[in-house]
Amino acid sequence: MQQNELDNQLSQIRDKLTGLDRKADNRVFLPCEAENVHEVCRFLFSDLGLRFVISTGIDAEDCFEVLHHFSNDESGCLVTVKAFVRNRESPELDSITPLIPGAEWIEREMHDLLGIKFRNHPNLERLILADDWPEGVYPLRKEVQA
Amino acid sequence: MSEPLRKSVLAVGPFHPLQEEMEFFQLTVDGEKVTDIKARISYNHRGIEKLSETLQFDQVPYLVSRVCGICSASHPLAYVQAVEEIAAVKPPERALYVRTIINELERIHSHLLWVGLAGHFIGYDTVFMWAWKYREPVLDLLEEITGNRNNYGNVKVGGCREDIPDELIPKINQELDVIERKTEMLTKAVLDDPVLHARLKGVGILTKEDAIKYAVTGPTARGSGIAIDVRRDDPYAAYDDLDWKVISQPEGDVFAKAVVRLLETLESVKIIRQALARLPKGPVSVDVKEIPPGEGCGRAEAPRGETFHYVRSDGGNRPVRHKIRAPSYVNVPSFKASCIGADIADVTITLAAVDPCYSCTERIAVVDGHSAVIHDYDELLRLSREKTARIKKEIGAPDVKLEDC
Repeated sequence: MQQNELDNQLSQIRDKLTGLDRKADNRVFLPCEAENVHEVCRFLFSDLGLRFVISTGIDAEDCFEVLHHFSNDESGCLVTVKAFVRNRESPELDSITPLIPGAEWIEREMHDLLGIKFRNHPNLERLILADDWPEGVYPLRKEVQA
Repeated sequence: MSEPLRKSVLAVGPFHPLQEEMEFFQLTVDGEKVTDIKARISYNHRGIEKLSETLQFDQVPYLVSRVCGICSASHPLAYVQAVEEIAAVKPPERALYVRTIINELERIHSHLLWVGLAGHFIGYDTVFMWAWKYREPVLDLLEEITGNRNNYGNVKVGGCREDIPDELIPKINQELDVIERKTEMLTKAVLDDPVLHARLKGVGILTKEDAIKYAVTGPTARGSGIAIDVRRDDPYAAYDDLDWKVISQPEGDVFAKAVVRLLETLESVKIIRQALARLPKGPVSVDVKEIPPGEGCGRAEAPRGETFHYVRSDGGNRPVRHKIRAPSYVNVPSFKASCIGADIADVTITLAAVDPCYSCTERIAVVDGHSAVIHDYDELLRLSREKTARIKKEIGAPDVKLEDC
């Protein structure tokens, strides 16, 4: 898919997004609320056929951010879905693993390191943390010192 | 009965925490057939993403060089490209060419390393010795350029730390001629060898559909007919200016991945030759004062596939978040698609075909659902080599086919 076609397609999901942030010709960020993340990712992966790259979990000051990065390899464009998880006490959002098996590990990793729960994940067991790591301590959160 | 057994397997598994990329695979088998595969990773999690938040922007490349000893050019390159994106910095032309040359030398030594190991796994130790012998001069060249055989620490935000001295160029070209000849010899030997055809074709197939589902990259994707390559798709360094091909094969088996890597090595030689011939004059870095607030993504095609770095800055002198995705992180889970239904004797080479790391394939234990027999790494290697020997006998091939030239 060429870049202009991708841009046209992205306008179809504008109502699921809170904006569209174009940092460069080949870098697009799609901010959205957590409840829409599954639908937006489904659109990018299944309808547009973008390649899943990886996700990034971020402990931002007032919320958690889960970034799902996709790549449109034909135009070299990275499309990043930026989901805001506002509930800091018990952060959770829908898993994209049932849709994209390649996301299984990274969602488990974010669960381990940031304590974000992924609903409908087929296997949310520990991946990164050791079996004897204490419950409820999430090393990638800002309050944990390196 | 499977639960207590699995625990006992973990206890006897051969762990070597000195090697990188520790992984533990637990295969459930029914007779000779693999029925399930489970992986456990993170035995040596070093917390590099968290550590990165404690370092200044210009210190981070030295840290991320150490994500992987083999890909120690790709990781810092992807990182600095992310930071350069935030700061809108454009490195000088010469730096882009130097980056290209170092990254392609890295690909050559990594692919030759893989060819050697693949030979070792199927009982072709001659291939192992030769491929590693040809690889050695590449490391020497990297040492002459950057000062280090690995962990080059050559790339920085705004350019490169060390330039390629003009007087070194004839020597690099000379070595490239030798590497090209030897790689062509190895490629021809692989493509012409009936034993390797019988041993590797149709083994460990990753279909195109599964490759997409598991989001694999690099030679793992290109061996399954997905012709993606960041160097061409989202060009960085000097790749856009040079003439080279993306190699892909449709079959998805171990043989296809071997062919992709061998032909890619030859493409890398081509790339370096052109880059050396066109190396622009001038400085290799620009001064970068401050990194403004913002976020950036950098990616580079490492020997194993796309290396992805995401960096966020709040305008301070350290990243507030730095995400690293190495290619094996998406390539390794595809074993679920390529190993289930396979023979145990084919598992070592199927796992190795993704080129996760030497250490990974050492960490296999097999649980037999019926007899509770546990195979260790040596046993699996023996099974794999026996299968090759059996095929050789059937075909009537001589023990050593390659000629040392």
